[in-house]
Amino acid sequence: MKYLSILWNGILKENPTFVLLLGMCPTLGTTSSAVNGMSMGLATMAVLIFSNFIISCIKSLIPDQVRIPSYIVVIASLVTALQMFMQAYTPEVYKTLGLFIPLIVVNCIILGRAEAFAAKHGPVESIFDGIGIGLGFTIALTLLGGIREILGTGKLFGTTLYSENYGMLLFVLAPGAFIALGYLIAIVKKTAKI
Amino acid sequence: MLCVLTLISVIAAGALAYVNKMTAGPIEENKARTLAEGINTVLGVSDAQVQETKEVEDANGNPVIIYATDKGVAVQAIDPNGFGGKLSVLVGFADEGSIKGYTVLEHAETPGLGAKAGDWFQKGQKGDIIGKNPGEKELTVSKDGGDVDAITASTITSRAFLRAVNVAFHAYAGASAQADAQSGASAQQHAKVAPEEVTVPEVSAEGQSQN
Repeated sequence: MKYLSILWNGILKENPTFVLLLGMCPTLGTTSSAVNGMSMGLATMAVLIFSNFIISCIKSLIPDQVRIPSYIVVIASLVTALQMFMQAYTPEVYKTLGLFIPLIVVNCIILGRAEAFAAKHGPVESIFDGIGIGLGFTIALTLLGGIREILGTGKLFGTTLYSENYGMLLFVLAPGAFIALGYLIAIVKKTAKI
Repeated sequence: MLCVLTLISVIAAGALAYVNKMTAGPIEENKARTLAEGINTVLGVSDAQVQETKEVEDANGNPVIIYATDKGVAVQAIDPNGFGGKLSVLVGFADEGSIKGYTVLEHAETPGLGAKAGDWFQKGQKGDIIGKNPGEKELTVSKDGGDVDAITASTITSRAFLRAVNVAFHAYAGASAQADAQSGASAQQHAKVAPEEVTVPEVSAEGQSQN
């Protein structure tokens, strides 16, 4: 039950995109399509799970004064490793996300969860928090990417729903990301009552 | 305090070195495979073997790579001034210099606009450049007096793309003229293109509109 509530907390109550409004740069930058948003969410989730786990394991060894540099070293190493793995085994995804992968290092969701959760909880809870927050982020990015893809290009996950000629190009570009995100946040706040 | 941070850094560096060693092989294979697939696509064949790779520089100092294969020549060229930055293309040429095929290797153009360059200029599409010979007439968009239709609302991308294709052609023409001169074969055939003529048409800063 405890673990379930941690998961639920990450997905809805403290959803990083809709409630905490963290990590806006990759949220707006990578969600030009549902697939891109989902891949970015999954990549971030992978880093988050490992960083939460490692940091909660070594938290008692780290003196308070150097905790932020230590967290950053751990997170940056994980992201670099992830980048190499993606380059080696999923080159197509790596090609579309490109620059945004190394930028996961400075995604404040990851450092935020290290500081706010992993540094105060045990390894197992931290893993569940990583999964929950990661899922929340992935769902949010997929949703946003899907909406922008449908409105902008008439496709969803690459499948054509209607002719591209009727798509609103605005939604593929940056302003569309802000507009769609704004409406999504409003809808989530209204329906989930948070 | 210092010891802990140092220790963490050392362990992290060691782990990364290990991952790097583990993934270096597959990454190289991917790059080689992407390149081989690209060369096959632009030459319209399925089993081209690269026999010689030559790297030259265009007039602006950007690298141009010429892949001579047993099935034809493919040239990789870049234009640094796409709408979103560097645009890299691979172009296959037939013997007389006409374009056999192309593929966009790397770009940072706007999705839904300039990113269409990968399809727009293919055979049968609106901006079809296949079969055209940049040696007879430099490829430019119709707005600049050329005969290639630019991607709708993406003139800057189209210009950058065509500049890169022209650079690729001149490098190809230069290389084949050189090869002919060495073998003493008919230099007449390629005389219309001087080897040094690797120039890029200048684009004025004003008049670049992409909306």
